[in-house]
Amino acid sequence: MIPYAGWDMPVEYSGISNEHLAVRTRAGVFDVSHMGEIEIAGKNALAAVQLISSNDASLLQPGQAQYAALTTPGGTFVDDMLVYRMAPSHFMLVVNAANTAKAFTWIHEQIKTVGDVAAIDSSSRYSLIAVQGPAAREVLQPLTAVELGDIGYYRFGYGEVAAGRATISRTGYTGEDGFEIFVPPNVADRVWQAILDSGRSADVIPCGLGARDTLRLEAAMRLYGNDIDETTTVLEAGLGWTIGWKKGSFIGRDRLVEQKERGTARKLVGFEMIDRAIARQGYSVVSGGRAIGVVTSGTQTPFLKKAIGMAYVPTELHAVDTEIEVDIRGRVSKARIVRLPFYSRTGV
Amino acid sequence: MAYPADLKYTKDHEWMRVSGDVAEIGITNYAQEQLGDVVFVELPDIGRRVNPGEAFGSIESVKAVSELFAPAAGEIVEVNPLLKDHPESVNSKPHETWMVRLRLSDSNATGSLLDSDAYEKLVST
Repeated sequence: MIPYAGWDMPVEYSGISNEHLAVRTRAGVFDVSHMGEIEIAGKNALAAVQLISSNDASLLQPGQAQYAALTTPGGTFVDDMLVYRMAPSHFMLVVNAANTAKAFTWIHEQIKTVGDVAAIDSSSRYSLIAVQGPAAREVLQPLTAVELGDIGYYRFGYGEVAAGRATISRTGYTGEDGFEIFVPPNVADRVWQAILDSGRSADVIPCGLGARDTLRLEAAMRLYGNDIDETTTVLEAGLGWTIGWKKGSFIGRDRLVEQKERGTARKLVGFEMIDRAIARQGYSVVSGGRAIGVVTSGTQTPFLKKAIGMAYVPTELHAVDTEIEVDIRGRVSKARIVRLPFYSRTGV
Repeated sequence: MAYPADLKYTKDHEWMRVSGDVAEIGITNYAQEQLGDVVFVELPDIGRRVNPGEAFGSIESVKAVSELFAPAAGEIVEVNPLLKDHPESVNSKPHETWMVRLRLSDSNATGSLLDSDAYEKLVST
């Protein structure tokens, strides 16, 4: 167990590799109750969300979610988040545990200019359990009357799971099919146990922070504090697809338009080591002995069994197949830029 | 897992199995538990001379890198070929999986290392 963003959380239950492979081949269960939930409601809720989010929330029907940046005026990240539309004028933003207070303070302040809207930090009302993997649906279905097949990707529904009131979202941070289940904290233990019991015959196991990180890396999902933060713009981070350019003004839009027109100086790329070595967060990308970029995430991952990572490099070097060099504790080692994601369950 | 009595231990969680003037060096069960699944072991070249406390290689798990420190002075005479393709042996058989064989400059240098009782005490507190 380690302290993580104010919570006491397991790095692993039965080994990071074991858990990672379980999710890729069967299913794993994660307690991600540490995540923050901020609800925005009121007559001008949509306008408020449009102001603070990079993505276009008007594209969301109730029961639909989208990934977005919570942007600074510089077009960088206060946080990354999932925006859920519960009702026409009611949204829930799921943010990172470590950023919950910061994000709430930011949002609360920014939406004052919109008026007729309120934001509340409702994190303490939700526990969150994620079931991820090809067997996720078959493990969860016996526990709920909700027809899980009717919940499409990035959609969500309401019902009961193990007799606990739940919002069931077809989302996740692993690159696999799966569900994230929001329940009141007082039933979380029961729901957790019911999922593990249901999955026992399929050898479904609990998974910790270690596997959560290796799984999301293979799927090239960004991690705040590693790949994205208040110094990286949405475009530099390769997340331009989360920008709703057509929706009109939002915080940071001007700076991002400028960057779109002029180009960015650096870009986040994915790479695979060529030399036998493992690149990790903080290692420099070098050229001719000079640091020209930095590794933001990296390890050898259990499913792909390759040393992979993401790094910011000068934009002129960002093309797939470009060879780069990483300083690995004093030894300059070769790597190759590869297409992201490293892993896709649809094999694309 | 018990800590074998025939090994000597360091505070850096390494062990030595001495046979004459050659010592096999590995990491302890405690170390492999802390590290997690070992995916890569970087070993020195044969012939390399090391001094006590000098870093001579590294062992990497999914989540971390740990340096390996020479418990005594000597010359690397062999490295374990098993570790290139089976680094996970360190996790499954920590006290049997040696990493390097060191020809000791001074066979008496092991005196300052911990015996199994002392090491056991160190890691249980």
